[in-house]
Amino acid sequence: MNQASSRIESTLSSAQFCRRLLRRQLVLAIRRPVEIGNPLLFFTMVVALFPLGLGPAPAQLAEFAPGVLWIIALLSNLLTSDAIFRGDFEDGSLEQLLLSPQPLYLSVLAYIGAHWLVTGLLLALVSPIFAVMLNLSTASIPALVGSLLLGTGVLSLLGCVGAALTVGLRRGGMLISLLILPLYMPVLIFGSAAVNAAVLGNPAGPYLAILAGMLCFAVALAPFAVAAGLRISIDA
Amino acid sequence: MPNSEPFLVADGLSLSRGGRQLFSNLCFEVEAGELIQVEGSNGAGKTSLIRILAGLSRYGFEGRVERNEAILYLGHSSAVKGMLTPRENLSWSVTGRGQYCNEEIDSALDKVGLYGYEDVASNTLSAGQHRRVNLARLHLSDCPLWLLDEPFTAIDKAGVENLQEIFASHVESGGAIMLTSHQALSPGQRVRSINLSPSNFGAVG
Repeated sequence: MNQASSRIESTLSSAQFCRRLLRRQLVLAIRRPVEIGNPLLFFTMVVALFPLGLGPAPAQLAEFAPGVLWIIALLSNLLTSDAIFRGDFEDGSLEQLLLSPQPLYLSVLAYIGAHWLVTGLLLALVSPIFAVMLNLSTASIPALVGSLLLGTGVLSLLGCVGAALTVGLRRGGMLISLLILPLYMPVLIFGSAAVNAAVLGNPAGPYLAILAGMLCFAVALAPFAVAAGLRISIDA
Repeated sequence: MPNSEPFLVADGLSLSRGGRQLFSNLCFEVEAGELIQVEGSNGAGKTSLIRILAGLSRYGFEGRVERNEAILYLGHSSAVKGMLTPRENLSWSVTGRGQYCNEEIDSALDKVGLYGYEDVASNTLSAGQHRRVNLARLHLSDCPLWLLDEPFTAIDKAGVENLQEIFASHVESGGAIMLTSHQALSPGQRVRSINLSPSNFGAVG
């Protein structure tokens, strides 16, 4: 077909396409630094609220710190997941993505990966500062960072499922919370348990292993749900 | 091209929306070298038909679509990211077909009249220029079958003429185009039309 034509498309492997999508998403995120900064600012604000609400007693703050930090991580992830596909849906890029001959599973993973890099990874890296703000013992900081690194990956994957299902709705923000928060619960339980274990001097390893297991499970299955959700949203 | 199978076969397509039958039992084939215009008044189901043929709508209609060739679909929305430059928009296209070097992309942008705009942020461009960035994909693509939904929207007169020429050369080189438009195509071209007006159920010109 079209051999007479001078246009010759060099073929594109799935890995190349994934890298290209990842790069596109990261460039888009970096050109709008406010959207990277906002979740971190949100995190900072909410952490600053706790001493005001619970009272500034250091011992009390330290006791609540693991749960508090994990709940805020979860909420800031929820805030950003709504936007993963929103722009692409509105400008028609999503239609093109769905029609592409590349496996949607991998394309979706690239989107999720980009989302995790600019939210979860950043949050995990700056979390020691917040831990200090809440008087969390320094010995438990590695467990906090480790659990956030693994856990936010699961959160991004699950949040993306919600985003795919609600992208066609004008105001999907509330619905996405209702859909996704129940799924976030196991991550919250094992994430804060890992930090708590480290606070008490127990090994956090088993909890981190469970989080890693969840991450593997989510990486294997969530992109299928996202792909199906996107097809439904585009069809509607 | 004799004996080659048709690019696309639509078999008994029926669609109703909101209790209204838009079209029923629509059967046609798209073969190499054909230019097909889908006609019909607003709300006749032109866009729905194109979306079904492209594979974006998978449920809610009856019938079967058989796609034998790669399809290039351009819809209502321009699929152009305001935060990216036109060059980035094309080279990081989410369509997942082919990769192009900057020279190829620049020449495609040049052909749609965007010479000099390769590296400006797309959100400083006008709606018509956004459409042109999208149309540059026609020059880059190797897909034999083009499904175009209102390709002339927001394009100026010279641009429309230019597009008509592109269509003619694509059809001549053995491709096929199916498009929706209210605009008459250039008189020199052999155009098959599919009319979606209610009195014309299933009629194929």
